[in-house]
Amino acid sequence: MTAGIPRVLVVDDEPPIRKFLRISLTAEHFAVVEAASGSEALGLIGADPPDLVILDLGLPDVEGEELIQAVRAICPAPIIVLSIRAAEQQKIAAFEAGASDYVTKPFSLGELTARMRALLRDRRPGQPAGPVFEIGGVRVDVAQHRVVVDGTEVKLTPKEFDLLALLVANHGRIVTHRQLLRELRGEAHDDDTQYLRVYVGQLRQKLGDDPAEPRFIGNEPGIGYRFIDPS
Amino acid sequence: MARSELSPSHDAPPATDRSASRGRLTIFFGAGPGVGKTAAMLAQAQRRRSEGRDVVIGVAYGRNERDLAAELPALPPAATAHGTGSSELDLDAVLKRRPQLVVVDELAHANPPGSRHEKRWQDVEELLRAGIDVYTTLNVQNLESLNEIVRQISNVTVEETVPDVVLERAEIELIDATPDDVITRLGRSQIGATRDNLAALRELALHTAAQYVRADIRRRIPAVDADRVPTQQRLLVLIGNSPEAARLVRLGKRLSGSARAWIVAHVSRPDTATSDDHITPALKLAAELGAQTLLLSGHDLVAEIIDCAAEHGVSQIVIGRSRRPWRLSRSSLAAALLRSAKKVDVTIASIDDSAVPDRWTLPTRTWLTHRGWRGYAEAAIATGCCALIAWFLDPFLETANLGLVFLTGVLVAAVRAGVGPALFASALSFVVFNFLYTEPRRSFSVTAEQDVLTLSFFLLVAIVTGQLAARVRRQIETIQAHSRRLTSLENFSRRLTGIVGQDDFASVLVEYLRSTLALDAIVLFRDHKSALVVAAGDPGRDGLTEPELEAADWAFDHREPAGRGTGTLPAGGWFFIPLGGRHVLGVLGARPSNGRRALDAEQQRLLFALRDQAGTALERLQLALTMEQSRLLTETEKLRTALLSSVSHDLRTPLVSIKGATTALLELSETLAPGDKRELLENVLAETDRLNRYVQNLLDMTRLGYGAVTPQSDWRDVREIIGSARLALRRVLAGRSIALQIEAGDELIHTDAALLEQILVNLLENAAKYSPPDTPIEIEGRRNGREYELSVRDHGPGIPFIERKQIFDLFRRTRAADQKPAGTGMGLAICKGFVEALGGTIQVSDRPSGTGACFSIRLPQPSGMPSSRGPGN
Repeated sequence: MTAGIPRVLVVDDEPPIRKFLRISLTAEHFAVVEAASGSEALGLIGADPPDLVILDLGLPDVEGEELIQAVRAICPAPIIVLSIRAAEQQKIAAFEAGASDYVTKPFSLGELTARMRALLRDRRPGQPAGPVFEIGGVRVDVAQHRVVVDGTEVKLTPKEFDLLALLVANHGRIVTHRQLLRELRGEAHDDDTQYLRVYVGQLRQKLGDDPAEPRFIGNEPGIGYRFIDPS
Repeated sequence: MARSELSPSHDAPPATDRSASRGRLTIFFGAGPGVGKTAAMLAQAQRRRSEGRDVVIGVAYGRNERDLAAELPALPPAATAHGTGSSELDLDAVLKRRPQLVVVDELAHANPPGSRHEKRWQDVEELLRAGIDVYTTLNVQNLESLNEIVRQISNVTVEETVPDVVLERAEIELIDATPDDVITRLGRSQIGATRDNLAALRELALHTAAQYVRADIRRRIPAVDADRVPTQQRLLVLIGNSPEAARLVRLGKRLSGSARAWIVAHVSRPDTATSDDHITPALKLAAELGAQTLLLSGHDLVAEIIDCAAEHGVSQIVIGRSRRPWRLSRSSLAAALLRSAKKVDVTIASIDDSAVPDRWTLPTRTWLTHRGWRGYAEAAIATGCCALIAWFLDPFLETANLGLVFLTGVLVAAVRAGVGPALFASALSFVVFNFLYTEPRRSFSVTAEQDVLTLSFFLLVAIVTGQLAARVRRQIETIQAHSRRLTSLENFSRRLTGIVGQDDFASVLVEYLRSTLALDAIVLFRDHKSALVVAAGDPGRDGLTEPELEAADWAFDHREPAGRGTGTLPAGGWFFIPLGGRHVLGVLGARPSNGRRALDAEQQRLLFALRDQAGTALERLQLALTMEQSRLLTETEKLRTALLSSVSHDLRTPLVSIKGATTALLELSETLAPGDKRELLENVLAETDRLNRYVQNLLDMTRLGYGAVTPQSDWRDVREIIGSARLALRRVLAGRSIALQIEAGDELIHTDAALLEQILVNLLENAAKYSPPDTPIEIEGRRNGREYELSVRDHGPGIPFIERKQIFDLFRRTRAADQKPAGTGMGLAICKGFVEALGGTIQVSDRPSGTGACFSIRLPQPSGMPSSRGPGN
């Protein structure tokens, strides 16, 4: 890894998309490596593992899901999936295979780079897991179990607090239903999304968040939740 | 009264050519075997071949002719199961080979059982219809109408006959040889006929040939025919139900000659239940001989006959005469005909029927009693009652008046039971009356003339009232039967008008035949692979046998009846008639359900009447189907056109903006102000979004079209779904205020989030497009018991009432206020499709207060709600 400049592997069979990403991401200070197929991508990763992989789900030579699993097997770098709207199930399957986040085609550059930054954030060397997060009007003090929204303290139950702390620690990133449930209730209950829905509902209410126009906790249908990073 | 006409084409060759390409038939006609017909035929076939025509031998017989035949290409004979050797014609092989001319010897030949047709002349008929010319041979003795005469000449009954009609449409080549030549050629033993017989047959052949040639000339040269008025020259043959009927028919054929139209009719009273053992075959024979066949029915037989004669231009009536003393009704029929038919010749044919009973009259069985022994028992009881009443009245009445009491009993017996029991009652009454009340009492003694007179009165009353009562009863029964038939026919018509599909039609028809005519019936249609399929009816445990299917197939293809009771493929148990008008659309099969072998005349008559009605109904059905199909096709065509115009317009418009903006940015990047650059770029962005939504709509529509929308419903927070929809439309809705009205507790909805989001995207986009940008859009969600109602309201002009029904149609667009065509015409159609996929409904109305449109969707909800209780801590 080149110090300071993250290496990004873009895997897409469409040259115009690769071109657009190369130019834009280089301008955004990423080092871009391109692959037009799944096999080429695996070859590149094997030779020099990148910091992040951007992967089109509709590659001609290999199923998106398989490729994600193959990448996961040789490289710990986060994977952002480029998906199309109609393929909801495909998106969910990609997350189960090990994808870290997704953007829906067509996407704007801002959307993509925000996701990329969020995923790369913790990987920057020397960043400690801070005991206090302050994001978009919410201040979470992990050590003292205190939450302040827009200057007003909010009383949360311990479980609500754990949920909020988890989401805030991963702000800007998707936390899947399964990850949340595993943290909150343990392995045995990792598919009880109904339970989670009620939890999130209560938390939103206490934070004064509107689900129809969320300020803090965004919904990712079928996948999970994301604490909205206002930056 | 009722008068129905049997189809003349039934079993008989059609009277007129169906197509211009019908083959020509040449008959080599002679007095008998040995005159050289086959040789002449083959020689002529040979000549035709040398002239370059495609000639094939279908079948040829004879010894000396082998050499001749060897020079012509011959088709292999049919393989027959019955081992009749090489003498059968392989009809299908000829039809497949399709020569210009085929030689088929022995026109009168009867095919072995199991062949398609009973007779070879029917094979030839099919060949002619297929447009193939045929050469054939025929002896005079095989001509149907001459059958009788030949029998008288030679004492030989010829079984193999050919209908005269076949000759009428053929070229006749007379092959003549003197009897001596024939005897020399064949040897006397071979012929089994005397020289005189041969001479007589020769004369008959020459005469017949001359007759046909003359008729042919008349047909070809109308001038010769000008002095004739054909309609005034018809011959009417009346047949009764006797074995002589067939002979009368043949006589009629001879009398009518070869060029005169003739009719064979059976006349009966509607109240008589005569059997028709002889009538059906006689009428069939008549049809084969080219006659029109009629069944007449009426109370006044003479009037009926005179009417018929007048109607058909009959100039001569032929009626058979019995050598036995005539019965009352018959004598009056013949005599009345002679009296009434002033302008018509009445010919009374002498026929020998000494061996058979005459059945013109009423069957005597019903004349006596209609109830058997029970009638006599009733008569006895009635008499007993009278005796009892008389015993009570004895003290008050004179003896003579007591007789009136007994007379009442006789009357009752006559009315209730008929003449026989009445006679029985009168005899019994006389005995009892005599024994009990006449002096000396309690003894039998016929003393006075008075007693004889009493007995005579009793008997007279019995006979007269019994006759009267029997007639009344018969009339009532007839009327009842008639009205039953009328009612059921009317029901049939009514049911036919109500049918919606072919299968429906078929089952109505089958049911009607079963209940009314006691017939097992089936209806067959052709499927798209043109195989016959049973649409309705029960063909029995084993279905239709091979010959039955073949007969049905034949009836379908040749538009003529086939199967049992006809001359074509009669091996099976079913009788088939084609259904339909100009085109055969189906086949109706029938067989008596009471186990009788064939249909009787009444059943056939009604079947033909029914066929016309059913055919019309079937045609109407077919027409409706065709219209519906063409309507669907037009609809599909319209949709396709709309889709194409939508794609070309809506797909291209954003591309125009995008391309325009980007080229401007590329070429004018130096001169454009930074603010303008940004505006152009934002324009590109908005248009890209629009394009993306359009593509999404196209995809959704395709999914709906393929039925690929399968909702995966779960409990969701409706506000989250609204949020996703707003996010997807963030640039369209930028700056719009959206008012959300959802009561606490109404947040949960059981639905497929992705589908509902897409519905909301389309509704919100619609609302944003059709309302001023400074007005709010309202979304309201409410649970109503087992339903969730979600409405999207705008402050635009609203939807005119008359457009509300069509607004959800694909590619339906309403013009926006500024008159620009708005939208793609897909959004609302997709909404409707998705809402319906979710099991709900969508409708549009006015906003409750003020102007604006209100789209409401109602989605069904499961009965139980998930626990809204917070998880325990």
